[in-house]
Amino acid sequence: MSSFTLYNYVLSGNCYKVRLMAALLGVEYDTVAVDFYPGFEHRSEPMLALNPSGTLPILTADDMVLTETQAMLGWLAAKFDPTGRWYPADDPVVSGEVLQWLGVASRLTGSVGAARLHAMLDWPVDGEAVRKDALKELQGFELLLTDRVFAGQTWLVGDHPTIADIACFPYVALSPDAGLEHDGFPAIRNWLYAVRSLPGFVTMPGIHQLHELREGAHG
Amino acid sequence: MSREHALNDWYAVADVPGLTRGPRKARLLGCDLRVSGQVDDPVVTDEAGHRYPAQVRYDHIWTTLGDDPRALFEIPEGEQPGRRRVPCGVVRVKCSPLRAVENFLDIAHFPFVHTDILGAEPHTEVMAYKAEIREEEDEVWATNISFYQPQAAKSAGGGITTKYAYRVHAPTTAVLYKTCPPRPEEMDVIAIFVQPRSETECDVWPWMALYDDSSEFAELVQFQQEIFLQDRSILENQRPTRLPLDPKMEIPTRADLTSIAYRRWLKRRGAYYGAMTEDA
Ligand SMILES: [Fe+2]
Repeated sequence: MSSFTLYNYVLSGNCYKVRLMAALLGVEYDTVAVDFYPGFEHRSEPMLALNPSGTLPILTADDMVLTETQAMLGWLAAKFDPTGRWYPADDPVVSGEVLQWLGVASRLTGSVGAARLHAMLDWPVDGEAVRKDALKELQGFELLLTDRVFAGQTWLVGDHPTIADIACFPYVALSPDAGLEHDGFPAIRNWLYAVRSLPGFVTMPGIHQLHELREGAHG
Repeated sequence: MSREHALNDWYAVADVPGLTRGPRKARLLGCDLRVSGQVDDPVVTDEAGHRYPAQVRYDHIWTTLGDDPRALFEIPEGEQPGRRRVPCGVVRVKCSPLRAVENFLDIAHFPFVHTDILGAEPHTEVMAYKAEIREEEDEVWATNISFYQPQAAKSAGGGITTKYAYRVHAPTTAVLYKTCPPRPEEMDVIAIFVQPRSETECDVWPWMALYDDSSEFAELVQFQQEIFLQDRSILENQRPTRLPLDPKMEIPTRADLTSIAYRRWLKRRGAYYGAMTEDA
């Protein structure tokens, strides 16, 4: 039985966060394809009735409608992860750290995500400005990750991946779509590798399976 | 000189759904254009106000900058009644327009780039097929291609052996004819119309004309977009950026037959915009 419905656009990094989290938790769900581009269907009457802010993704389950991506990750983890490791809400400090990273994830969406839409789909934003913001966010993210590496850690919070990692992963991984390569970001590269290694990991266009990279390395 | 030759081809610079929403700025061969007007009377002008010819075909608005344009190609199958015509929007890619077409023609990358959709390991072998330049039509054709595909189209229930044929009738457009899963006697039509912004950047308009009555429009578009965006990151990283046309630069493998024919055809017609040659 399917547990929720995702209103989905295949090229959206935010929609991918939900698909990835569900896959890692082994949760089955239904999708409704929304013609975000070129149809702008997310701004159509029926979609606005569901989500007045006109954004994707939208998650519906029972009588609940969620329209904020980070909230969907929290809901998925709270509902489907009995171990509580993906969203450790019990410890106030740990919980605070996770929520802090969700804020970082929102900034990555606003900068890298916008730069990517501009580079790919000629989105009407100031391309130079968003690209500069995106680079700044990536540099900041690299520094924060480097602190984690010095602390002997792989993941953003604690010693298990959390919704914080999933929330930040897509737009960091997709930055080359906006012409922002990962060459100068060793900590980011290692962390991306770690996320890709998770059992149940799924891809989206622009984010490849690990085994492809490995095979590419030895021809 | 390469731009000179390119001036006389027709290029998609907008799509019909887009034009109904409003004007579009379009760069073509380094020239900034504005596409406006109505679908029954599209207007293409440059910054100086000069108006260029425009025509509407295959759900797109086409223009040419040259004084002596070649005829716009025909895709008669694409206009058969009963097909669903799906313009998939535009995707910008920092690559040579010719590389975008060449990638579209390449079947060997399916299992690796379009894993579990258009190809899958261990079905990586490309069967012998035929690639040729047809002199009478002055077109590149690749025929007798068959390939195992896990999810050949939105309408395919599961893995099938798909038959393919490719046709190139202008340097920056290509058409793929492909087994139509719900109607095996017919071929789906999938095309890309490449709008060269410069020699190293292009806007790509994928377009389909399918027999598929059951899929949602959004699903059809996203199926095609997912595939094309899997190619985008690879296209942006190809080196050299411009497509090499000299035979000594070619590495002949069976999978590359179409690419070799395409490059030879470009070279002999002098279509060097986006290419590298010794004599250009
Ligand atoms: Fe491809």
